[in-house]
This record gives sequence, structure tokens and C-alpha cells, in this order.
Amino acid sequence: MDGASVSVHGLGKRYGAVRAVKAVDIEVRPGEFLSLLGPSGSGKTTLLMMIAGFEIPTEGSMRIGDRDVTYVAPNRRNIGMVFQRYALFPHMTVADNVAFPLRMRKVEKTEIARRVANALALVQLQDFGKRFPSELSGGQQQRVAVARALVFEPPVLLMDEPLGALDKKLREQMQIEIKRLQQRLGVTVIYVTHDQEEALTMSDRIAVMRNGSLEQIGSPTELYDSPATPFVADFVGKTNFLEAVCQSCNGSGLEFGLGQSGFISLKDCPPNLTTPPRPGEKMRLGVRPEAIRMACPGDSDDRTLNGVVEAVIFVGSFRTFLVRLTGGELVHVQASTDHDMTQPNEGDRVGLTIPGQAVQIFRERRQ
Amino acid sequence: MAAKLLANGRRPTSAREYGPMLALALITPFVMLLFGGFLYPVGALLWGSIFVPEATLANYARILHEPLFLLVLWRTFEIAFVVTALALLLGYPVALAMARVSGRSALLIAACVLIPLWTSVLVRSYAWIVLLQRNGLVNNALIETGLTDAPLRLLYTQGAVIAAMTQVLLPFMILPIYSVVRNIPDDLVRAARNLGAGSFQAFVRVTLPLSFPGVSAGVLITFILSLGFYITPALLGGPSTLMMSTLIGQQTTELLDWPFAGALATTLLFATLLLVIVFRRALALNKGFELG
Amino acid sequence: MANADLVLAEQAAREKRPLAINAATLLASVAIGLILLFLLLPTLIVIPMSLGTSAYIEFPPHGLTLRWYEAYFTDPDWMAATWFSFRIAVATTGSATIIGTLAAVSLVRGRLPGRELLRALALAPLIVPHIVIAVALYLVFAPLGLTGSFYGFVIAHSMLAVPYVVITVSAALQRFDPNLELAALNCGATRLQAFLHIVLPNIRPGVAAGAVFAFLASFDEATVAFFISGVEGKTITRKMFEDIDFNLTPLIAAVATVLTVVSLVLMSTIEIARQRSGQGRLG
Repeated sequence: MDGASVSVHGLGKRYGAVRAVKAVDIEVRPGEFLSLLGPSGSGKTTLLMMIAGFEIPTEGSMRIGDRDVTYVAPNRRNIGMVFQRYALFPHMTVADNVAFPLRMRKVEKTEIARRVANALALVQLQDFGKRFPSELSGGQQQRVAVARALVFEPPVLLMDEPLGALDKKLREQMQIEIKRLQQRLGVTVIYVTHDQEEALTMSDRIAVMRNGSLEQIGSPTELYDSPATPFVADFVGKTNFLEAVCQSCNGSGLEFGLGQSGFISLKDCPPNLTTPPRPGEKMRLGVRPEAIRMACPGDSDDRTLNGVVEAVIFVGSFRTFLVRLTGGELVHVQASTDHDMTQPNEGDRVGLTIPGQAVQIFRERRQ
Repeated sequence: MAAKLLANGRRPTSAREYGPMLALALITPFVMLLFGGFLYPVGALLWGSIFVPEATLANYARILHEPLFLLVLWRTFEIAFVVTALALLLGYPVALAMARVSGRSALLIAACVLIPLWTSVLVRSYAWIVLLQRNGLVNNALIETGLTDAPLRLLYTQGAVIAAMTQVLLPFMILPIYSVVRNIPDDLVRAARNLGAGSFQAFVRVTLPLSFPGVSAGVLITFILSLGFYITPALLGGPSTLMMSTLIGQQTTELLDWPFAGALATTLLFATLLLVIVFRRALALNKGFELG
Repeated sequence: MANADLVLAEQAAREKRPLAINAATLLASVAIGLILLFLLLPTLIVIPMSLGTSAYIEFPPHGLTLRWYEAYFTDPDWMAATWFSFRIAVATTGSATIIGTLAAVSLVRGRLPGRELLRALALAPLIVPHIVIAVALYLVFAPLGLTGSFYGFVIAHSMLAVPYVVITVSAALQRFDPNLELAALNCGATRLQAFLHIVLPNIRPGVAAGAVFAFLASFDEATVAFFISGVEGKTITRKMFEDIDFNLTPLIAAVATVLTVVSLVLMSTIEIARQRSGQGRLG
């Protein structure tokens, strides 16, 4: 099966006065695994519904491969879909469920049987053909839904938060299985989720959505290391935000003042800023918790921010330290639980070092 | 193939609902049936009462002026009121019991309520004739227990009509009350008891007020059905118990005064509709009575 | 809902309570028992009535015999009326079920202009007194000589029966997950295919229940039947009505029993089917 490209141009959906999706442009490459990531109300599900044909866009257009499908009826788009609650037909057996799309395409009976058996084998449910959906567990039902969506070898597969109803361990297992399946078959997948970890794990690219618009689209690494907006920075992974004032910007680097808390220096102007900051300009800095180093004050010569540890949270493989800086800001610092190093306790004074390349700079002020 | 364009050039916006064209097509047979079997005949009735043989409201005037007809109107409402009150009195305890007991008893009560509901009104009215005849069950029982010497004339009296109508309509009172009381959480009564209320007080202060929506629905349905009842009064009533429905029947088939019958029927119809609207407004009921 | 706990707790409390409360409960039980008897007796009394030997109605019957049933089944007029009613009921069931199901689908799933008005109209025949409908239809049919006509009856009874079908099918549709239809569309089914293969099999109980209501609404119907019956086309209910007035014998009890048994069998079937599918009692 060859995946097809999906391109969406200026696609929008308006319900009365509410614009659920605002003029989105996305090009999904053939065989790509793209996640639509965002909080509820971001428009990601509506966008998926438009691609599936269940909602008609109020503006824009879309193509699958080289076919314009903007107004094509949902039963003629030839794309597979896995619904949030699987939507298995309760009055049919598993085999009949999987066979349904083939029946609708008037495939010949023995061929149907063969392809159904293949599809069920693909999701490791070979012996479950005669069972009814009500007799299966959530995970099994989900796999039947996947088999039904793939049995007719569609070029595109849409998935609407399919793992939401499963428990954590099963979810992680299914994430790997789905990814493996996708790579093996080469089908293009558009996957809606609100779980950023899930998106990071499975996707070739992630499209982050917010309030109906596309905030940023890129590979997981790009999104993580170079978020375009504070929203993306804090939605994909965690980010500490600090309000800073640009002290100087010249050939030797940038320097930002954080009021009473101290200074931060960078070597180069980060690529996401179109113009370099002017001295006196107020900006927002972002830094990931795991990028911050802690040391006892006075230990090193580097510029440090001083603060006091307010709380220590044990998370298993790492600890999160809540540090209150001299200027009043609260910063999350993540340090792996290394039994050799001494780690600060509650009430200790610490000096935080932030490497320049780990700092993200945003012009967007706090809302 | 594009999604169907609508007549006004716009497209349907969502596949979750059937587009207006399809929806209209599906409901057309029903609308046609409604028109042919209901709207047109009733409209003709209304028309006939006003415009036949010449345009006049004389028929309606007759209803309001001739004492006989005013009496009939009054009696109809009176009987409906008495029947509804009796049904409430008898039905409320049964509904309560049905909602509160469980197991075999509940099944028994349910059967006693549903079986009459499922049998034809005609059969039940006939059964009342059997019961109230000169040598019927009731008279025989009265004579045997010595309460009376000679058989009483029970049939063709207002009492007979009321008794029979109450029995026929009782399930319509019981079921709405039952379905509301059933949904009152047990914990509420327990909470009241825990806070110091006795059984009776808990009932009066918790269960009774919360059962009100069911009571209203039951009262409304029973009253409306009583107004328009034909079979029971026709079989069990006599000349002294003439009600709107039997009067209408009489005017249509015996006296052949069709315009007047039309006026009577229209009056009954509008009285019924008015009651429904008033009740609905007062109680914001928006579900039809669910059967079975 | 099940009050086993409360019953037990009350029983425990009762042991400590004064006698007066027990007497009250006993009185209540007796009262309710009497009311239930009041409900049930006039309904079921026709059955023993139909088996009595004497030529006029009496209770309790002196002997047991089936001669009234024999008389019923061999009387040509009664059989004609029964067959007429049966044919009408079957035709009504067919048409009301189809029309009602389509209307319910449209009302629940369709984007219909004036949907609220149509919903109210769908239930209107239930609110309007049957006498009004009966007289209205009579005044339309009589001048045209349509009294006693089979098709006239089917139209009238269908109109009375459709609301029941609309109610039961709407309820079934609302319980049905709309995503299943979308999934069917996604699999390549047209609207019609999705309806036939996916929706209909899952709302079958609702449709069946509606069909039974439609059948009984027609078969048992007395008021409209009384007015629009003709000399040739007479329903079983009309004939019963006439004979109660002019020819009262236990044969009528036999007919009444037959009607009752038919109603009870049909309605019990639905109720049992509903219990099986776990929908709980009484809506």
C-alpha cells in the first residue's frame, strides 16, 4: 500500500459566529505520520472531521493525492478512520465488522475472507473473527477498529484520539504497535491527540493547534528544541518562563537582565527571532527544567541566578526542584536521581546556571 | 462526486445529520397521512360548523345559551374532575408501592397495572356492564352479604360511568407518578430520617414534593382523556349522564345535525388543546407520554 | 432503586417499634391490594364469563363450557367482522410502521425546517379526543359513501397508530450511537446502505415495539371504528358494541376474551424482549 499526500489549503470551519478552524495550511507527505496536537477546543478534531468528510468546510480546499476532495461525500473518499470509541458495529461479529468496507466495495466473497484474515492477523487477532465486539476488551476492540480501517488498503488513515480510553501501559504498547504497523504498510497517518508525549513518541511531524489555528508544525525535535511560541514551548514538554529586559545586543552576544535575580548571557541571537532585540526591550525567556544546572552559590565563576529551594518533588527517575529566585520568580529544575551527587534539600540556597543555547527567546508578552 | 447541492445552492454542512432534502422526503408520507386523515377532516369539521348551511356562529351560540348543552359541558368537566381526583387518590399509593418494593411483589403490582392498560377499553367497559348488572357480581355480593334485599340499579348511572372511567384511566395516572418516584434516590429519604424526620414526615417533606412532576403529568393525561372519552360513557351511561362525547355522537348519528355536532366537537378539541398548552407552560413538560 | 436494604432496615426497626406502625403497614397493604383488585377484576372477569353455561350473563358461572367460543367461531357475521378487523390491523401495522419509522428518522437525525412543530404534530393524534377524530372522519366519509371501506379504515387507523411508532423508534434512535453511522459512511456505505445494514438492525426492538402498538391500536380501536363502520364493513369492535346494546350473551364474553388474549400475548412479548435486552421496566 502506498500512502498518499494530504494537502489542506486555507481550510476553515465556522459554526455561526464561532470559528472552530481558522484557515489552516498543511502539507502531509506520503507515508508520513503526522499528529494534530492541541488542547480541547483547539480545532484539531474538527480539522480531522473535515478531512474525513463528516464536516463540510466553510472556506478553503483540500486534496488527497492529486484529487480535490473538498466536497466529496464521506463514503467516497476511500480513507480509513479509527474513531475515539472505536464505533464497531455491535450486531456484527469481528469478522463481519472488518469485512464491511469490502462488502460496500462489492469485493468477491472468497477475496473478502482472505483479506479479512490478513487484516486480523496484522493486528494479532486471527482467532477472534467469530466474536462480538461486546465480548472484547478495550484494547482488542481498538485493534479491530484498526483492522477495519486498513482492510481496504486506503492511502490515508485518520485516527481520532484512539488510545484515550486505554490505561497507560496498554496505551504505550499500542503506540508502538500502531507506529510499527504504519511503517510497515507505508500508509499516511493523521493522528489527533492532546497527549504531547504520545505525539512526540509516534510522529514524524507534529502540528500544534490552538484556538483553531496552526501554531507550529515540525518534527518532534524541532518543536522541542525550537518552539516558535511560548504556547508550543509549554505544551510540548515543560518550560520555565522568565520576564527579562535586554541589556545589550552586540557582536559579543546578548545579555538579559532579570531584575533582582541576575543576568543571562547568550552567544548568538536565536534563529526564531526575525530581528535582534534592542536594548531596553522587554522579552520573555524560556528554559526547559532539565537544561538548568544547580550548584552551591559561589561554586563556579559563571554567571548564576541565585535562589532558595522551596520544594523537592520525587518523580521516580528524576526529581523536580522548585526554586524561588531572588527576584521572586519560581523556577522548575529537573535533575536525574543520581545517588552519587549531593542534591540540595528544602531550604538550601542554590545557584542556577543556564547554558546560553538552551534559552528560547520570545517577543510575545504574557497574556 | 460532490456532496449534493441543495436547492438554494448551499451545501449541507455536516454528515452527522441528514440534509434537509432527505429529511423532508422521509417525513412526507407522514405529513400526507396527517393531512388526509387528520388535518383535512378536522378542518372540514370546523368549517362545517361555521359555514354550513350559511356562515354563522349560531351553532356555537347554541352551546352557550341552551341550558341543556351548558349542563352537558359542565357535567363533562365535573365527571373528568371527579375521575381524575379518584384516580389520583387510588393511584398515588399504588405508584408509591410499585416504586418502593422489589422482587416478586413489584412484578405483581406491575402486572396488575399493565394488564388493564394493554386490554381494549371496549372489553373493560363491557366487563363493567357484567359487574354492575342486576344479577351481576356486585349486586350478588351485596345481596349475599345482606347489605340490600333487592338488586340495585347500578348501571346507566353517573356512578357507574365514574367508576368505570376511573378504572380504565387509573394506569395513566399510576405510570407517570411511578416513573418519577422511581428516580428519587433512596438516599434522600435516608438522609431525612437520619436528620430526625419520622417516616411520615420524610414522606411529606421529601418524597411528596419530589413526586410532583409525575403527579402533574398523570393528572393532565387523565383529565384530558376523561374529557374526550366515548366508549365508556356510551355503554355505561344513560340519558341522565350525557357527556360531551356522547352528545356529539348522538348529534351525528341520531339527530343528524352535523354542523352542530361539528361545533361541539370543535369546542371539545379546543378545550383539550387549551388545557395542554396551559399545563405545558405551567410545568415545562416537553416530552410526550411514553407508552409501554 | 431496589430497596432490599431499606426493607431490611425497616424490618429491623419495626421489631422495636410499637404495634401501631405494623397495623398501619398492614392497612396500607390491604388498601393497595383492594385497589389492585379494582384494577384487575374488570379486566379479567370476561374470561370466566365466557366459559359459563347459562344463556345470560351471570357470575359466578354455573358450569363450564366452550359453546360460546363455538358459537363465535361458527357465526359468519362475527367471523367476517373479525377477519375485517384483522386485515385492517395488518395493513395498518405495515403502513404505520414504515411511515412512522421514516418520520422518526427524519425527526431525530434530519435537519428539518420546522422540526419542533412537526414533532408536536407527530404526537397530536394522541392528544385529540378520539370522538373528534371519529366524527370528523365520519363527516368526510359518509357523503362519499366511504363508510365501511377497507382503505378508509387503514388511513384512519394508520393516522392513530403512527404516533406510537414515532415514539418508540425515536427512543431507539436516540439510544443509538451516531458515530456508528459515520463509521459506516467512512467504510464506503451510502446513506441508504448505512441505514439498512447498520441502523435498522440496531433499532429493530424499537421498530418491533412500535409495530405491536400499531397493531393493537388498530385491532382494539373502538371509537373511530364505531363511526366509520358501514353495513358491509364492520369491525369486531363495532359489532361488539352493537351486540352489547341489542344482543347481550356470553358470546360477547368469548369475543372479549379473545381480544384480551391477543393483546396480552403481544404486549407481553415486547415486555419480555425488553427485559432481555436489559432496558428495565416501564420506560
